[in-house]
Amino acid sequence: MLKKNVPQDGGILDRWHEISYAIDDDGRYILAPSVGWEPANIANKQAWELISKQVADVIKRIRARELSPLAYYMVKNQMDTDLLAKYVRLSRWRVRRHLKPAVFRRLKVSILERYAKIFNVSAEQLFDVPEFSSLDLNNGPQ
Amino acid sequence: MAPNNQKIDFVHRQSAHCESGVTANLLFHYGINVSESLAFGIGAALFFGYFPFIKINGLPLTTFRGATGQILKRVTKGLGVQIKRHKFRDPEKAMNALDRIIDQGIPVGMQTGVYWLPYFPPALRFHFNAHNIIVYGKEGTEYFVSDPVFDKPVVCSRTDLMKARFAQGALAPNGKMYYLARVPDHVDIATAIVSGIRDVCKTMLKVPFPLIGVRGIRFLAGRIENWPEKLGESRASLNIGHIIRMQEEIGTGGAGFRFIYAAFLQEAAEILGEKRLLHISGRMTEIGDRWREFALFGVRNCKGRALEENTYPAMADILRDCANQENELFRDLANLIR
Repeated sequence: MLKKNVPQDGGILDRWHEISYAIDDDGRYILAPSVGWEPANIANKQAWELISKQVADVIKRIRARELSPLAYYMVKNQMDTDLLAKYVRLSRWRVRRHLKPAVFRRLKVSILERYAKIFNVSAEQLFDVPEFSSLDLNNGPQ
Repeated sequence: MAPNNQKIDFVHRQSAHCESGVTANLLFHYGINVSESLAFGIGAALFFGYFPFIKINGLPLTTFRGATGQILKRVTKGLGVQIKRHKFRDPEKAMNALDRIIDQGIPVGMQTGVYWLPYFPPALRFHFNAHNIIVYGKEGTEYFVSDPVFDKPVVCSRTDLMKARFAQGALAPNGKMYYLARVPDHVDIATAIVSGIRDVCKTMLKVPFPLIGVRGIRFLAGRIENWPEKLGESRASLNIGHIIRMQEEIGTGGAGFRFIYAAFLQEAAEILGEKRLLHISGRMTEIGDRWREFALFGVRNCKGRALEENTYPAMADILRDCANQENELFRDLANLIR
């Protein structure tokens, strides 16, 4: 890749640049800052659309009382029960049980707080689920 | 532990890839002038592997670089630099140990997950746990961080850094930290370069496993061809998108590290006084351009804007061409340094 062809397609890097290795006029490699490349941006967007769709599906199932609000925070933070169980240091089957609305409603505060701490929210907030999936990339994961 | 303030005079040099950047910058701090691409080449980090049985977000793993920790290990070993490593169970102990080392004026490298690092662009915050950064000081509860893939040094709170050091899941860092303990007065870079080149040639050509190296690229080409039929359009496009992310999303310097490696070969040519390496570097650049073309074709499929020539078989053909060219290149390279 020639220096003059280093893409500058903004999209996913915020205020930052990444380093592209490119060739200058003398044929020597230089480190060229780039704000991004469109194919990489599109592939990244595709990954987020998938997560966003998963969140939307989970919200629907929570509204239908098939899942507890915990499922929303789990999927929003790109976790599955395995990963979440490791973070809260509970067994997988317990986390899976907590995804049932009836079980979740009766959880002890100490357990709720473990979840809340990982998701950076308060224990009360754990019961709030938005109506729609709104993965706002500008605010980042919470 | 009482928060001692400390700011080590540390030079932040931005790099494309985190581990080669951290390695090069730690060495530079101790007066060994090694560029990122030299660290990458000596670390024999160029690689290809397609592992459909390892799933990331439900999609098969494709990787363009060797195992994590390999660059640091090979470079320090190759140059005779002594390194100290620690892992922890207890996050508090891990942070206190870090404080003690930076108190002594020693910059500390560490493995972290990127999901919890507050300065990361939101769009890049995935559960990826093999990121490397350097901590070079602290003030109160804020740490000074040289994250080599960013333009400038950043700060990170103790709480966030602790979370990042104890990220869970695949490649969990377990608070791993490391620092250089003893640096020799004289290092033999030329010998380290030759052995780094030799190792890469071996993994790209000689590993008797069909999913690794040049054979792995050919294997993936065969798979890609059948994805639309086997998986359906939408799943096929997710799989392609995933490869493109591994190849191009921050941290490879472009074309899945092929351009960094070409830069390394240029430097190697000068240090070893071997002009023929310049020619091979040029060929590596051309191969990198082909990989970029592959990404361009693939992403058109992701957007549903594929032109007639952007079919899956066409993408497979590009990969086969990359495989053939890399095959010849590494053979020539192996003969050259023998």
